[in-house]
Order: sequence, then C-alpha cells, then structure tokens
Amino acid sequence: MSQSTSEALKNIKNKQRRQKVFAEIKHEKNKDRHTKRAERAKAERLNPELKEERLATNIPETIESKRVFDETITEEIEGVDEFEQYFGGALTGEDPKILLTTSEDAKKAAYEFADILMEFLPNVTFIKRKRNYKIAEICQFAGNRQYNNVIVINEDKKKVTGMTFIHLPIGPTFYFSITNIKDAKRIEGHGNATNHIPELILNNFNTRLGKSIGRLFQSIFPKRPEIEGRQVITLHNQRDFIFFRRHRYVFRSEDKMGLQELGPQFTLKLRRMQKGIRGDTVWEHRPDMERDKRKFYI
Amino acid sequence: MSDEVIWQVINHQFCAFKLKTDKGQNFCRNEYNVSGLCTRQSCPLANARYATVKNIGGKLYLYMKTAERAHMPSRMWERIRLSKNYNKALGQIDNYLQYWQKFLIHKCKQRLTRLTQVAITERRLALRDEERHYVGVKHKVKRREENRERKALAAAKIEKAIEKELLDRLKSGAYGDKPLNVDENIWKKVLGKVDEVEQEEEFDEEDDFELESGDENEEEDESDVGEVEYVEDDGDDDLVDLEDLERWLDDSSDDGNNDDSEDEDDDDSDDDEESGKKRKSTSATDKNKKKRRARVEIEYEEEPDQLQTNIAI
Repeated sequence: MSQSTSEALKNIKNKQRRQKVFAEIKHEKNKDRHTKRAERAKAERLNPELKEERLATNIPETIESKRVFDETITEEIEGVDEFEQYFGGALTGEDPKILLTTSEDAKKAAYEFADILMEFLPNVTFIKRKRNYKIAEICQFAGNRQYNNVIVINEDKKKVTGMTFIHLPIGPTFYFSITNIKDAKRIEGHGNATNHIPELILNNFNTRLGKSIGRLFQSIFPKRPEIEGRQVITLHNQRDFIFFRRHRYVFRSEDKMGLQELGPQFTLKLRRMQKGIRGDTVWEHRPDMERDKRKFYI
Repeated sequence: MSDEVIWQVINHQFCAFKLKTDKGQNFCRNEYNVSGLCTRQSCPLANARYATVKNIGGKLYLYMKTAERAHMPSRMWERIRLSKNYNKALGQIDNYLQYWQKFLIHKCKQRLTRLTQVAITERRLALRDEERHYVGVKHKVKRREENRERKALAAAKIEKAIEKELLDRLKSGAYGDKPLNVDENIWKKVLGKVDEVEQEEEFDEEDDFELESGDENEEEDESDVGEVEYVEDDGDDDLVDLEDLERWLDDSSDDGNNDDSEDEDDDDSDDDEESGKKRKSTSATDKNKKKRRARVEIEYEEEPDQLQTNIAI
C-alpha cells in the first residue's frame, strides 16, 4: 500500500496537489481500517468464540514475556534466612516495630516524607537524627529495644532520593532510590485513610532477590491486617521498578470491585543489598545492568 | 653545566615542568619542587644544592641533593626518613640543613607542616564511617531510567492487578464467610452459586454437626453445605465439577497447613490461627450462621507455583 502511495505521489509535481492526494489516500486507509474493525466487532458480538480465538492467537509480545530467563525464579530461598526470626514465630507474634529516621543534616523534604510514611507505617517511631550517632549505633540501640526495622530517609539537595531499610537484628540492608513521590493531596479523587492496619499485596517478586525484598516488606507490616478497614497497600514490581500504592476497595459484585486511591504514591528501585547491617554488598545495581532491556533482577 | 645556564634556558626558553599563567606568576610541576613556584630559588633543576620534603607512601622523607653527586643522576638525591613526631622532624630538618640557605630550610619546614596536616586529615577521613555511598549517575542513564519507569508503570496496569488479587482473595475465603465490605445481596449472589439452601437454615443451632475433614476452614464448611446436597458421591472429583466451588476453594489449600484432622468446632478462632492473617475472625456472625451439615471429605488440588506469585497477603 505504502509502495503504491509513494508511486502515486511521485509524479505529482505540485506540492499542494500532492498533499491533497496524500490526505485522500490516508483518509481512505483510515476508513478502511474502521470498517474492518466494525465488521469484526459485529461478527464477534454474534459469535463470542471468534473473539476468544482471536485473543488466544493474537498475543502481543511484551518485554515481560520476552524476559531473559532467571534461574532463581520459583526457587526456594537458599542459605541463611535473615528473616527467620520474624517469620519463624507464630502468626500471632508481636507486631513489628519500626524506627524511622533521616540522613544527617536533613532538610524539610525529608521530614515531610517522614510524615507521609508515618501515615501508613504501623508501630513507627520517628527519631530526629543527631550527628552523634552512626547508623550502626542506632541499629544497635534499636535492636536492644526490640525494633524489627530501621528505615533511614536519604535526602540530597532538599529532595528525597532514597530509603535504607535495615532489618534487625542481623540484617540484611536494602537501599532503594525513590522517585515520583506524590502526596495524597495531589492525587485526584483521593480518599482519606483510616488507622486500620492495611492488607498487603506484593506483586511479581519472583526471583530470589525479589523474594527477599518481598519478605522485607512483609516484615514491616503486622501479620494480621484489620480487614474491616478495607485498605490495601500494594507493592507492584514491574521491570525492577517497585510501585507503591494505597487503596480502599469495595466489592461491587463477584467480578467487579471499586478502588479508591488513598495515596501516597512513590516508586522504589533497588540499588544495593548488603548482608548484615551495612556489611558486604550482595547485590548492587550498575548502569550497565540495564543495557539489556529484557533482563530483570527482581 | 652551571646552574645559571640551566636557569637561563628554563626561564627564557623552555621548561617541561613550567606552567605558565597570565597573572605573572608561573608554577612548577616538578615533584621535587619545594614551593611549587617557578623561581630561581625554588627551581630543583637549576640549583645544585637543593632540599625538599616528600611524602612516599604515607612516610615523610627529607630529600637533599648536592653538587658533589650531580654527575650521578641515580644517586643524586639523598633522603632521610623524618620522624612521625612533628617537633622532632623539625629538629631533623634543622640538623641536616644546618648550613644551608635560610630559604630552603624555611620552605622545607613549611612543606613538612603542610604534609603533616594533610596526613592528619586523610587519617580522619579514613576513620570516618561514611553513611552515604555516592554513585555518580550520568544524565543519559537518568533519562533512560525515567523513561523506563514511565513505561513500566503503563505496562503494570496496577489497578487491574490489585483488583484481580483482591477478588482472588475474596473467592479463596480470605475475608471470612461474611465480609464486612460486601453488600449482603452481592454476597448472597456469590454464595448462591454454590449454596442455595443456606438462607433457609440460617439460624440453626450448631450442636449436632460433625465434620471430619482433612484440611479446611470454617468458611469452606459454609460453602460445602449446599454442595453435599448436589453431589452425593463421596468421590473427590465430583466437587471439582462445579467450577465455582473450585475457584472458591482454590487458594484455601495454600493456607490449609493443618494436617491433623481435628473436629472442627464452632469456634472460628482456632481456625484462624492456622489459616493465617487472610482471615478475620467473625465468630459472632458465625454462630448465627451455623447449621447442620453432612459429613464431607474434601481433598484439594495443589496448585503448582505460578510464575507470577503473589507472595504476600
């Protein structure tokens, strides 16, 4: 078609006329496509099997479907499980305690983000960071006081750029970069959250690294959600970006449901995972890891 | 070659170590230069008698050269290890450069002072536990990540994924047998697919029912009640026929970790401990809903691990 289009236009010397002819050809093509689609829709409405067949055969190739094989997917967790202490106990065990602090010399942005986090993190204590104590010391203090996690907000040039999660008492340590923070107020049609403990949805944490990240997030929230609150926190991993969302839901029918966003939104990306409390680096993100679009690590 | 000739060449013609500036003061790149300036006095090439202080691998040395060794480049410099003690090192310089020019003595001491300060700062920085680990990010990489994030967000279809997961949980019975968040009519409709008799016997007492089942939860019992009426056979496969029930019960095998076939009492709370956080004990509402039920044995199919597992609840 395009060949014939160019053939048809080739010999028209007048530019305006050429453009006119081209527009006509284009319009014809569009019309053609629309009629074809309308016909197909009609046929499929009469005979739903056709649609099923079409959808079954015409599966688009996505980056996800062409993902480079990762041998740790569906593997069991190997080696020392640092989260054993938290998950080993009964489900009725104590709720996790979280210590939240910022990097040294934090500015307003870090405190504002801490406020955002404290809205949904249960059992959280915020400590204003002083220069006297290093992270290792803070972790030691927190461990002695039965805290399960220490979260450090990293702020650079008055912007929140990352978060360090340290699981106590023996690690591991995760460093995530944060982008696209959106406060609830800036989300259109947002609802107001209640104080109930939310449910947790962790999507697509498949590899060994992903599973340990999933367990980290699980260890932050209490094991028993208060489902009368109808609130759900989602951490959705897509192409190594972890999207954080919070919603309130309602079941409208057996197949339909309503979601209302409560906010906040932000995106995490794992940059570094270390053994213990900021110990040896197990995994570190490098820019050249992204050279292959289809290789994912989480 | 006399010093004066060398200096004439360096000053007026060319010196590889000279760094010219437009401010009238030239600098010297030669590592033996004691002051860093390009002057007649501090030029290490144009002075047969010269001294400087250098830091070699964290140790400070006093370097000296004299006209007597000028003909042997390999042995031109004599070096003396300076003490770690700053005052002692100053004394050493005084001692070794006893009859030298005042200029060189002074400059060597200045250089010693500066190198000592640098060493102290280096040590302090090395001891300090850097909290932040800075990684440079190129603009290109930054932009690429922004774009990939945007595209990943579009590909994620997060709300759809959440809805799917929550509906799965609803059907697996994670919200108990009477979820608070569902309109009663809708819930009856959901239940009606597998249990039509339920509504009539709603307020029956629970005294006379016995249930022996391998692994099942309370809300599954509720769903079973009607089921037994349709499927008389005790074969397991018959249950699978009703697709709705299967869908319903699909996930309960995941949380059914109780192998011991205990007689399920009317208390829901026992059950809750085992079935995990998915469920909410609504024992008050349960008691109203107890009814007579038959003896059922149910076996569940273990679902193989899917690629896209949702590991958390």
